[in-house]
Amino acid sequence: MDVFLLQLLNGLDKGAAYALIAFGLTLVFGTLGVVNFAHGALFMLGAFCAVTLQKILTISKKVKDESITFFDAYKETPYLEIWWGDTGAAIIDWVIPISIFLAIPIMLLIGLSMERGLIRHFYKRPHAEQILVTFGLAIVLQELIRAFFGANPIPVSAPEILSGSADIGYILGMGADYLTYPWWRIIYVLFSGAIILSVFAFLQFTTFGMVVRAGMHDRETVGLLGINVQRRFTIVFGMAAVVAGLAGAMYVPILPPDYHMGMDFLVLSFVVVVVGGMGSLGGAVAAGFLLGILQSFSSLNEIKNIIPGIDQIIIYLVAVVIILVRPRGLMGRKGVMED
Amino acid sequence: MNKQFFQSDLGTMLLFSVAILTMPVWLDPVGANYPDLLQKFAIFGIFAIGFNILFGLTGYLSFGHAVFLGVGSYTAVWSFKLLSMNVLPAIMFSMIIAGIFAIGIGYLCLRRSGIYFSILTLAFAQMSYNMAYSVLTPITNGETGLQLSSQDPRIVDNAFSDAVVEGLPSTNLFGMEMSGYPGFYFCAVLLIIAFFFSLRIFRSPFGMKLQAIKSNQTRMRYTGFNTRPYLLTAFVISGIYAGLAGSLLAVTDPLAGAERMQWTASGEVVLMTILGGMGTLVGPLLGVGIIKYFENIFSSLNSNRLHEIFSWLPDGLEDFVVTVVSHFVGEGWQLTLGLLFMLVVIFLPGGVMEGIRRTSTVIKNYNAKRSQNKEAVTAAASKESDDGK
Repeated sequence: MDVFLLQLLNGLDKGAAYALIAFGLTLVFGTLGVVNFAHGALFMLGAFCAVTLQKILTISKKVKDESITFFDAYKETPYLEIWWGDTGAAIIDWVIPISIFLAIPIMLLIGLSMERGLIRHFYKRPHAEQILVTFGLAIVLQELIRAFFGANPIPVSAPEILSGSADIGYILGMGADYLTYPWWRIIYVLFSGAIILSVFAFLQFTTFGMVVRAGMHDRETVGLLGINVQRRFTIVFGMAAVVAGLAGAMYVPILPPDYHMGMDFLVLSFVVVVVGGMGSLGGAVAAGFLLGILQSFSSLNEIKNIIPGIDQIIIYLVAVVIILVRPRGLMGRKGVMED
Repeated sequence: MNKQFFQSDLGTMLLFSVAILTMPVWLDPVGANYPDLLQKFAIFGIFAIGFNILFGLTGYLSFGHAVFLGVGSYTAVWSFKLLSMNVLPAIMFSMIIAGIFAIGIGYLCLRRSGIYFSILTLAFAQMSYNMAYSVLTPITNGETGLQLSSQDPRIVDNAFSDAVVEGLPSTNLFGMEMSGYPGFYFCAVLLIIAFFFSLRIFRSPFGMKLQAIKSNQTRMRYTGFNTRPYLLTAFVISGIYAGLAGSLLAVTDPLAGAERMQWTASGEVVLMTILGGMGTLVGPLLGVGIIKYFENIFSSLNSNRLHEIFSWLPDGLEDFVVTVVSHFVGEGWQLTLGLLFMLVVIFLPGGVMEGIRRTSTVIKNYNAKRSQNKEAVTAAASKESDDGK
């Protein structure tokens, strides 16, 4: 039972990342009809927002270390700590949650300028060209990041208080130390759930969302009704960029970011999108969690003993079977990208 | 007469063969004349030509073509280990095994089209890659990669000679060692043969059918063609090409690793084909040339070398130019590649070949206009002189 729960949790936090990226991809695809290969790069940029903020906050100067009296020792102390003492230290400790507030405007700006500058000119071009130009953009973005931050992963830790593990077994009434799980991963799952729900609610319950949904359905008619669909879709692209960026920023404590993390996630999230069905938001989220959970269960030793190596290929195997059996994925709409 | 000859198939083949075989001569001034790079040009040229038969003619974008490259490499190395260091059986076996893989994968993947086809091929490629790393270690030797060793049986070789060879033997073609320039010429001859076959396919009724599938598959079906067998044949042919390229990689350097099957390797051949111009005969080769040149030459430029190149500039300007340029070469060569790639897709969707075509049209138009103007001027002049009389 505890093994089962543990793998379920593992699957949820992996699935949460897949779901968030696939969600943004589908949002862009469903509205603009553009296959955005640079979406993984947006995820990476979000993660590097957190890294940048940490670098800025910990700008430090050398201060004489008073605790050592035998010789003159110096240590690096961030300005924030010098100015504000413990408050400053706390701000540095909470850099990841704070970076969310930095990531939102930056990612929005990046998303909007990307749409205005590049994506807009590719609406009428074939999907292959959209894939290729965004792939080129992804290469450029990741090389820029490498030029500034180097090729090595940069670890940034979660706030001290959240870096331990939660005693899930105790909470569920199964006794202390029965089952523990890192706090931050639980928070990540809850966070991604909250983001997905709020975007859904936004699309469902606001006038803006209604127009967007109508535009997804029949863009031409909405345009003929005198509504500027184009501008709304630009904003949707910005939203997708923010979702990807937040997913990246929050993922930093789980996986230290490096310049090619976007590409690594991109392939998997494309598989997720296709399994969920192109253009279906619910499908993308469901498929993200489904594949995450399947992956973590297949890495159990009991299963690996029956079918060796299954944990390595399960996602792709499931994808192949689903595409062959259900041509539109789990919840795909009819007539989307079938030729 | 002359022009017609160069536009005929025979003329194209002659021109192409001469161009390929003299590569060491005309690539010398740009610093690309060393056997290793020349071999890469030829091998990836074969890979891209094969990929272009599928993607360029039918429009089916496969994101998993590197599987066949990897399978070809593994088969070739196993043939070296078990049978003989002669390259011919290795190449034969690689092509056969890659073809069998292509039949299996193609049969399943071609049930879907568009992005679903791409994702299916990608899934197969990633499955093979992950399995080569983990479960199939007895066959693929996992992360280390498959290598030759002195304990290999090499049945055929040992049956014919009992001379004890010191160290590892090298690959050969009936005694001719396949490294350096001989290796390049061997690959070049195969490239020319591969190009000839692709030329024949492009010009054949079969090629026309593939192009018809690309432009409108539904209409093709309505006219009574079952398109699936044609697609599968194209897929298998391009798989065999990739297997050949993979075996040549092993011929010139007898080891095989799983990273040859990763999706980035498949992505690379897509980039090459697009950059050069998909659906054209020579385009993919140009793409290969550009990308491999960037990968090998641009990445090796460092700031000393740059200072040498820009030494003709005034001192202050030189430093400035070198600082700016150094971000785009050396370690940052992929940045240049990404930018170049974006520019090509944005402004020249048909790749370098479209650029060449456009330029030649512009020149032709300009020439035509100029001769027209000349005629007009002479006509006007003669008229004036007539009036003056």
